[in-house]
Amino acid sequence: MIDWMNWTPTVVIFFAVIASILAFMTVYEIVSPCRERKGFLPIETTRGDRLFISLLSTAYIHLTFLAISDVSLWVALAVSVAWAAVLLRWG
Amino acid sequence: MKKIHNNRAWWLVLPVFLLVAFSALIPLMTVVNYSVQDIFGPGQTFFVGTEWFKGVLGDERLQDSLIRQFMFSGAVLLIQIPFGIGVALMMPKSGIKGSLCLILIAIPLLIPWNVVGTIWQVFARGDIGLFGWGLNELGFDYNYTGNTVDAWLTVLLMDVWHWTPLVALLCYSGLRAIPEAFYQAAEIDRASKWAVFRYIQLPRLKSVLIIAVLLRFMDSFMIYTEPFVLTGGGPGSSTTFLSQTLTTMAIKQFDLGRASAFSLIYFLIVLVISWLFFTAITQDDKEQ
Repeated sequence: MIDWMNWTPTVVIFFAVIASILAFMTVYEIVSPCRERKGFLPIETTRGDRLFISLLSTAYIHLTFLAISDVSLWVALAVSVAWAAVLLRWG
Repeated sequence: MKKIHNNRAWWLVLPVFLLVAFSALIPLMTVVNYSVQDIFGPGQTFFVGTEWFKGVLGDERLQDSLIRQFMFSGAVLLIQIPFGIGVALMMPKSGIKGSLCLILIAIPLLIPWNVVGTIWQVFARGDIGLFGWGLNELGFDYNYTGNTVDAWLTVLLMDVWHWTPLVALLCYSGLRAIPEAFYQAAEIDRASKWAVFRYIQLPRLKSVLIIAVLLRFMDSFMIYTEPFVLTGGGPGSSTTFLSQTLTTMAIKQFDLGRASAFSLIYFLIVLVISWLFFTAITQDDKEQ
């Protein structure tokens, strides 16, 4: 399965994580639907909006780490997860 | 009364979803996959991790073309949006003159991009082109194949010629949607022309203008064909914009891993900007 189109395990894990986040959020949404609300972000957001913003900023955080430092990307990942948690809770 | 929720109609969207998955989602996933590998040919690939990303982020050629790209898109917006509004304000409001104006203005939009490039390539030539020859005869030292400033001016002029009509048409339709009562009220208040524009027309054009800015930004940010035909990215690399740099990397040099990493960064920039515009549009709708 992974051999097809030269899929590498890293990329498979990457997409599997994203797919499971989406699946989890879908189930979560069905179980307890969210309402638009205003947190520290300047706009009203739904849970999905905040997830999108956190995924997008995750990408930028990783690129910034790659561009300006030689620190391990695990640090970038930790920063991203923390930021995503803050965003999802209070954003 | 209890409303019955039935979401089965969503299944009707399934064909489109599958189509989009095959035409957009899977190719995008493939690009992500290629961006972490060094590819020499089928079956000859090596996992390199984030090496391409690091290389691309530090590549001066790419940084330069990114800066050029933002300068170009910025210039395009700064010129075309005010110019388009101006043209829309000056167009006849109705009747045969209005229709004629609409048709004339829409013509550049109907011309295929590579033809626009060819038209301007000939038009701006110093020996046979009316524009280039005319400028030279008037005493200007104009040569778009040798001079960076001239090349930039020509590319910008070509884009303004090609796409300002779009902004003008959008603004024109926005202006026509303003009820006559607003103008009558302004006249009773003896409002000046500028006040009418500032407090009636411009606020009413807001949502149309957001769409115009979004369309013009995205189109100019992805520009490829016109400068490619007109200047070929030159002189040197002074008019080589992002997509041309990317194409050269992916097709001419067959540097797939590096090109994939770069296109992902390109994609992320486009994603952030489109999301900002999308949010602006939806917020604007909510306020209304």
